[in-house]
Amino acid sequence: MDPDLVLLLNGIVSGLLLGGLYAAAAAGLSVSFGMLDVVNIAHPAFMVLGALLVALLWAATGIDPLILSILLTPAFWALGAAIYVAYHHFFERRGDEAIQGLAFFFGVMFIIEVGLVMAVGPEQHFADASYANTTWRLGEIDLPLRMLVPALVALAAIGGLVFFLRRTFTGRAIAAVAQDREALRLLAIDPVRIKRLAFGISIAMAALAGGALVVVQPVDAWSGHVFIGRVFAIVIMGGLSSLGGCVLAALAFGVVENVTATFYGPSWSPAVAFGCLLLVLAIRPQGFFGRTA
Amino acid sequence: MSDATLPAMPVSPASRWMGHGSFWLAAAVAALLVILALRGFGSEYAYFAATFVLQYVVLATAWNILGGYAGYVNFGAAAFFAAGAYTTVAIGKALGLGLLPCIAFAALVGGALGLGTGILTLRLRGAYFAIATLCLSVVLQTIVVNWDYVGGSRGAYVIRPREVPWLFDSYSGFLCAVMVVLAAAAVALARTIEKSRLGLGLAALRDDEAAAEAAGVPTLRLKLVATTISGAMMAVAGAPLPYLGSYVEPNSAFGLAYAVNAIAMPLIGGTASWAGPLIGAVLLASLQQAATVTISSAANLMIVGVVLVVFVCAAPHGIIGLFRRSR
Repeated sequence: MDPDLVLLLNGIVSGLLLGGLYAAAAAGLSVSFGMLDVVNIAHPAFMVLGALLVALLWAATGIDPLILSILLTPAFWALGAAIYVAYHHFFERRGDEAIQGLAFFFGVMFIIEVGLVMAVGPEQHFADASYANTTWRLGEIDLPLRMLVPALVALAAIGGLVFFLRRTFTGRAIAAVAQDREALRLLAIDPVRIKRLAFGISIAMAALAGGALVVVQPVDAWSGHVFIGRVFAIVIMGGLSSLGGCVLAALAFGVVENVTATFYGPSWSPAVAFGCLLLVLAIRPQGFFGRTA
Repeated sequence: MSDATLPAMPVSPASRWMGHGSFWLAAAVAALLVILALRGFGSEYAYFAATFVLQYVVLATAWNILGGYAGYVNFGAAAFFAAGAYTTVAIGKALGLGLLPCIAFAALVGGALGLGTGILTLRLRGAYFAIATLCLSVVLQTIVVNWDYVGGSRGAYVIRPREVPWLFDSYSGFLCAVMVVLAAAAVALARTIEKSRLGLGLAALRDDEAAAEAAGVPTLRLKLVATTISGAMMAVAGAPLPYLGSYVEPNSAFGLAYAVNAIAMPLIGGTASWAGPLIGAVLLASLQQAATVTISSAANLMIVGVVLVVFVCAAPHGIIGLFRRSR
């Protein structure tokens, strides 16, 4: 085959795998930012917290990092619920969530990152899964398991989340709180309790994404920064509250970034991706998959 | 600037205790006193620390014009700041100009950047605007990293001129005096805007944009003016940075420390008035300078984070709000 075509195909495939990781990172934010209207700018910092915890636990026990991250989810759920309680008490109840709430999460992000630097040091940490060095080959296309397995686990988790939101009573209540919280009160459901639950889920997804991240690449305390723009970009392009749109946008984002990196060098890939987001914001703020307001 | 873009307007309702002219005069006197006091100290470190604190006064005041008066959170303060710093590098290298003309160029570049961002994103409200500015920061950083002329990711060295202008004892003294003047001008400009028709319009659209629009406030135009002024001032704050450390590189110039400080300082001081960012910047920047010297640089960022969270939770109107309430 033509080498350029092979390069392009490989770029697209590994972009799709990278997109799976981005989907994991963005899905939690799609719940908190898209559905609950909580602009959790610290979401990537929670992901990095999860990733570093997984790396430390992996070094101590040797259990597979993805299983460890699943084991961490209840603790992260509780952490998320606690943070939502504080957020609701100080901001949402008073109706000052716009600036003050943003600043609150900005500060939380800073505390997590600097706390991590002080606790585990500024160096990179990693966790090697047993399959990390295997690569499947389909003809000319490489499928490294270190990318494939986290992407599949992430997509499975998002699938489970979609099922939960569509099929269970609580899940539907979460979807409903996004649309009209007063209507929820009429059904005798406490919107604050539902939002607390949902915010916990979003932080638990961050822990899972952290597990996926640390399998894919070494992680340091500041790794979250590059993800802030990416995950918000993906959630907005995906049309906020739509998880399916979020996954599609994540895959598209991964492919665009990766193909740019393959052909023009990795230092250009963030500009292309964020340039896309700026254009989306300027032309179609409701995202590609969102409904017009 | 506001006079040029707004239709003929009656000068602001005279403020309670001071007109615009006397405030500018008072700012000039204060600047002169600070310069003389620092000259009295005469130590290189005092100059450095004062320049460090004052650059944050300019940055925080600039952020507050859009963030505090109009209620649009700009997470991209670092982008504008770095744009100023890199303007100094690029213009200094291309035209061989000194610091002062570079500051003027930085204001132009920052203003243009602010206007561009505004046109692109100000139709978005709240969180979307914040995220768009964050993206701008990433895009700009990528461009600078790939721009070899200003050093790319290696960074650029800027050599301080050997001769010291005018009567100053050292170049740091000159740099510090420039920063004092910029800070005084920034604070005076912020107060002028706050008390003018522009400031009243911004406050109206902060409280309820739809209602302000309906009442005939030209919201989009006011926001564009505010973004332009704010962007220009942030770039001015960054323009002396290459001379301060003689070296500038993308990761530190676009560092999140500038973005978080630009937000934390006005919020801690109080966003509704010109004094808030001034108080917040002086307090927080001195605290950080002290923590960097005595503890560690990681600790100083921790302090900013904790202070920010405590303040937004416990004192949503900042230090000024605390005093107003107890009065």
